Amino acid sequence: VRSLLAANVELVITIVKIALLLFIVLTVNAYLTWFERKVVAHIQSRWGPYRVGPHGLLQPLADGMKFLFKEDPTPAGVDKLVYYLAPLLALTLALTSIAIIPFGPDPIHLFRRDIYLGIAPPNLNTGILALFAITALGVYGVALAGWSSNSKYPLLGGLRSSAQMVSYELALTMSVVGVLLIAGSFNLRDIINAQARHPERGIFGWNVWPQILGFFCFFVAAIAETNRAPFDLPEAEQELVAGFNTEYASFKFAMFFIAEYTSMITVSCLCTIMFFGGWLSPFPASWTLTHYLPSVILIPFGLWVIMDGVRYETIFGRLVLPAVGAVIAALGLAFVVFPPVNEFIQGPFWMLSKILLFLFIYVWVRGTLPRFRYDQLMAFGWKLLLPVSIVNVILTSFVILMRGAK
Amino acid sequence: MTAPLVVFFVLAALAVIGAVSLILQRHPIHSALSLIVVMVALAGLYLLMGAEFVAAVQIIVYGGAIMVLFVFVIMLLNAGVEERTSLSKMAGAPGLLLVVALAGFVAATIAKSGASVQAATQTGALSSTKGISEMVFKDFVYPFELTSFLILVAILGATVLAQREKS
Repeated sequence: VRSLLAANVELVITIVKIALLLFIVLTVNAYLTWFERKVVAHIQSRWGPYRVGPHGLLQPLADGMKFLFKEDPTPAGVDKLVYYLAPLLALTLALTSIAIIPFGPDPIHLFRRDIYLGIAPPNLNTGILALFAITALGVYGVALAGWSSNSKYPLLGGLRSSAQMVSYELALTMSVVGVLLIAGSFNLRDIINAQARHPERGIFGWNVWPQILGFFCFFVAAIAETNRAPFDLPEAEQELVAGFNTEYASFKFAMFFIAEYTSMITVSCLCTIMFFGGWLSPFPASWTLTHYLPSVILIPFGLWVIMDGVRYETIFGRLVLPAVGAVIAALGLAFVVFPPVNEFIQGPFWMLSKILLFLFIYVWVRGTLPRFRYDQLMAFGWKLLLPVSIVNVILTSFVILMRGAK
Repeated sequence: MTAPLVVFFVLAALAVIGAVSLILQRHPIHSALSLIVVMVALAGLYLLMGAEFVAAVQIIVYGGAIMVLFVFVIMLLNAGVEERTSLSKMAGAPGLLLVVALAGFVAATIAKSGASVQAATQTGALSSTKGISEMVFKDFVYPFELTSFLILVAILGATVLAQREKS
């Protein structure tokens, strides 16, 4: 067994990485639902989930149990094969796309090897193209679910969604061309490193400044591409019950649900990488004191959770919350005590902070903006986003030409 | 067998099975799905040959854009199951003959020029994004632009033809 392991170290490492990332992504997914419900609730002056666990923190677990144990009827007259294939396809593609994202600059040295954060090899030269290839297939999950359900609301939802995704994919792809021109590479790592060409500029070296038009088009198109509010017409409940997933129940519904939240995470990662410097710190490289920022945030937050937990209403909360707070504070303290660890987590820390920020914006937009009408949606995509992103490509190439080729 | 060879046979089998299923399926959506399987399997084969860019574009353009349009139209028309007609013997016999002739021709070509097939599959310039872009935008820039122009004209023509007449 040992020799077999030694012969296939790369394979074993990759499998472990996949299992780990899958676990992390699914957990984040679960807590994203909690986060979304809490944020939307506070936007609407409500409390949100509060009953299951302290601050409703066990709500995702309860939801998961419910998904697993609900009755799972198959409606009459469905196209069996496609009906079962659709949620599987949606979930698989959503989870695959996250494998391409790199999460940190430096490798971990383990087993005499450099293990990079992220599943795809660091020299994946078609990074962004591979991602777009996977997203391009994502539309089938929704379209086929709508078609195979043998019911009129899902069919209409599926049709809307395929039309919407095809329309917005153009703007989505065009809007990143400017970034690719600046970086001169499809490789996601190269794109991030290109934003660190002037380390003393910090936040002002990021692509979002020269590519503000591109970023606007990208983010709007990405929200539409993931079928989130205000572009969630495929599942507009006043018109279509629940759209393409009306006839799905139990775990098959959960698969669509997880797929949607996973693509939210992927899009947030992409926004971070393409326009907001990925794992780069917003401060100039010479400000080494900012390296203590993770601890400065984590320790007070942990202490606050402890303080809050001690005064919590339920006994369970009084036990669990201080423990969680202690873990967070201890983590922050550990970063101060072990400088190499602190240096290593700088990249992932900024990356994750930015991803979290984008996820918040996603939820914020959903809590704030009303849904578009269908013709408005189409007009917006074709008549505004696409021309603007094309103008952005022309402007960017012009500027790069003026400054001289690299 | 080496690992790439195993992957090749799996992908090749997928492509062939998908192609056969495309013809045999009776529902248009199932046929379209089979065609998607073929496209993705082909992309896998390109990847195996080291042509990353071509593989990604194959999935984006064929697997994504074009097939989505197919599926969309089938859904929109709500096309049902095809009806099978009994094969006419007149069409069957020459058809079979043609199939045998075609298969023989392909086999003979491969057998005769095994070396040149090998050479053709050794993708040099096509493997890198840079090589492709230099070919398309430098060596063959005029044919390429002409083709784009032709497609643009076709799009305009389709739009004009599809427009409702103004009353």
